[in-house]
Amino acid sequence: MVGAIGIAYGPAAALFIFTIATQPLRIIVMMSGMFFWLLSLLVSSLWWTIVPSLKEKLAFGLTFSILFQEIFRFFLYTLLSKAEAGLQKFSQTEEERRQANGSVSDTTKHEYAYVAGLGFGTMSGLFALINVLDDSGGPGTVGLRDGDSLNYLIMSAFFTMLMILLHVVWNVVFYWGLDTKRYLAPVLVVISHFIVSEMTLLKGDILYQVALPLAAINLVAMSVVAFTAAGGSIQTIIAASSCKRRQYRL
Amino acid sequence: MVRQTNDGSEDDECAVLLVDSEEEVRYYKNGSRIHRQQSSVNQEGCDASIQNQGNQAAGRQRPSSQTQQNREQEEEDEMLKYGAKHVIMLFVPVSLCMLLVVASISKVSYYQSSDVYLIYTPFDEDSDQAGTKLWQALANAAILISIVMVMTVFLVVLYKYRCYKFIHGWLILASLMLLFVFSLIYLQELLVAFNVPMDYFTVSFVMWNFGVGGMVAIHWKGSLKVQQAYLIIISAMAALIFIKYLPEWTYLFAVLTPHGPLKILVELAQDRNETLFPALIYSSTMIWIVSMADVDPQPKNSPATEEGSSQEPLQDTNQTGADEDAELENGGFDSNFVQRQTDYAERSQSMNSEDARAAARALRQGEGGGGGRAAPSTRPTPPTDDEDDEERGVKLGLGDFIFYSVLVGKASLYGDWTTTLACFVAILVGLCLTLILLAIFKKALPALPISIAFGLTFYFTTSYIVFPFTDICAQEQFESGILNAFVARQKHSDQA
Repeated sequence: MVGAIGIAYGPAAALFIFTIATQPLRIIVMMSGMFFWLLSLLVSSLWWTIVPSLKEKLAFGLTFSILFQEIFRFFLYTLLSKAEAGLQKFSQTEEERRQANGSVSDTTKHEYAYVAGLGFGTMSGLFALINVLDDSGGPGTVGLRDGDSLNYLIMSAFFTMLMILLHVVWNVVFYWGLDTKRYLAPVLVVISHFIVSEMTLLKGDILYQVALPLAAINLVAMSVVAFTAAGGSIQTIIAASSCKRRQYRL
Repeated sequence: MVRQTNDGSEDDECAVLLVDSEEEVRYYKNGSRIHRQQSSVNQEGCDASIQNQGNQAAGRQRPSSQTQQNREQEEEDEMLKYGAKHVIMLFVPVSLCMLLVVASISKVSYYQSSDVYLIYTPFDEDSDQAGTKLWQALANAAILISIVMVMTVFLVVLYKYRCYKFIHGWLILASLMLLFVFSLIYLQELLVAFNVPMDYFTVSFVMWNFGVGGMVAIHWKGSLKVQQAYLIIISAMAALIFIKYLPEWTYLFAVLTPHGPLKILVELAQDRNETLFPALIYSSTMIWIVSMADVDPQPKNSPATEEGSSQEPLQDTNQTGADEDAELENGGFDSNFVQRQTDYAERSQSMNSEDARAAARALRQGEGGGGGRAAPSTRPTPPTDDEDDEERGVKLGLGDFIFYSVLVGKASLYGDWTTTLACFVAILVGLCLTLILLAIFKKALPALPISIAFGLTFYFTTSYIVFPFTDICAQEQFESGILNAFVARQKHSDQA
């Protein structure tokens, strides 16, 4: 169980501790990300409860859930961009402002996209796995019944981790697309979200064989997109690895 | 004399300030001046000494009144900058408190079962019919609220007639009880839950140290961290007690309904604050000083205005007094502030006894006689006071702590982590919103309504709407494993 927790939330926790926890404002933005994910879940389950036909087939419910998530991602984007002026005002100390004159708004935008995405992902990850984790610690063990996959816990932990990271990069790409009016990017995000989520409807071992690699591939692809969106390139990686920190400020 | 200086923190501040300027006097002009001060108790001499020697304070206040607008602008900027930090400063203790409560609830079975209820709520709501439940809950809530109201009125009356000793005694008694009795119960149950044997001698030793340490830290002085830790623990204790002894629905009604009386109380406190007693807002509500720079007073070095406004700022998210008889139990902590302030006054007074007394008396006379000349220089006017404070600190009533924790604890009692989590996030976001509103309105706001509304919304929706949905999703998505988990849980609950 501890291993599963580590796998699922370790990366997110590390990101949180090293990039977010030191800056109060980011914590608040992350909080709002979590809250918006919660709202999207609330709306989608309301929808699911109200519309009776959805209950028969989960795929529909899931589809709508994804849609609502993306819609709320958009809401969060509008909220953040409205609050942006205020955020920038008190996110930066004088010193920082002087240091990076022109490109400030760009980096902060990506910063907040990343932070909000982490909030989104963390919340979804927590909701996905926390009850399972709780049950797995209690009396009775997951995977004891015949025909169950013994790897269930660890696999879903991996999947949760991927989902959290995916949410981060989705968010970055999504916001970047909206900012620069490249509307293909949000569409790409939605499609990618659909692919990954609907794959989880597969059952049994095939789930792990297909869904996990697919999610991982998605993650890599989207990360590349997000990285370039944030202004990264091969040169910046080299620069970063040679410890010139100024050029690699994300 | 002590009683007189207890009249209000305003007086205390002045008194302490006088003491400081008095010291300067002693530095600059030895002996003779002081003797004069002692003998001349009239307002002239006092004012002169303030305005001449209290340059420090005057210099700090005067430019502010001149360039009020500029200053306001600057302060707004500053406030935004510091605002986020303060939000987090509140997030951390609130989260800690909730964490403590949730952990205790999930591990200690004593708090899970609620078979005994508070004596104030005679109806136990165990019946199945919704109607019966409703009127029982209503009756319970009504009783509770009326008790709280009576307590509040009693407190206000006490304040009005300045029975500070009595109130202090009462509050100390309350916190004493929380620290000793309830922590003892808690420790006992903890030991039972983890099946740890421990002899009475050790327990009493530990409890004695814990309790006395807490009393000292809360009511007298102690390092800030220790004090905060004790306050968090105490709030968690109170929350646990409420969770155990308060019927569920009563709780909801009690929290949801008293918006009326609550608001009245806050407004009353504010009115009073501006006109009569600056101390009342600290006393009629439970306040936890989060961002106090220094707990250990250095009366000689820091002028009183600093003490009064900077180190122990005024921005209040507090209130909640009315909510339940939390008042009675939490009340212990507000005394904190008052106590400390009077402590300053008393201590510094005893240090340079005669001078200060004379000065304080003189000042009081001066104010009483309408001689407000000293006022602008010695004492910040309420609005500037507020602004000064807002940029530096946020306070949250312990009552808020307790009710947040109670809500989260109840959610975790429901046995489902998603509900707990949703409540937690919702409450924190609500708190955040409250703080933003606070920055906008610049006055004390009740911290409960928004947070609790969010929290309750998510409490109900998550448990009744969202959970089935996520449940189904999980089942469908990862059918094999999750089903097993539920089978296991079912077995578990059957056993229990």
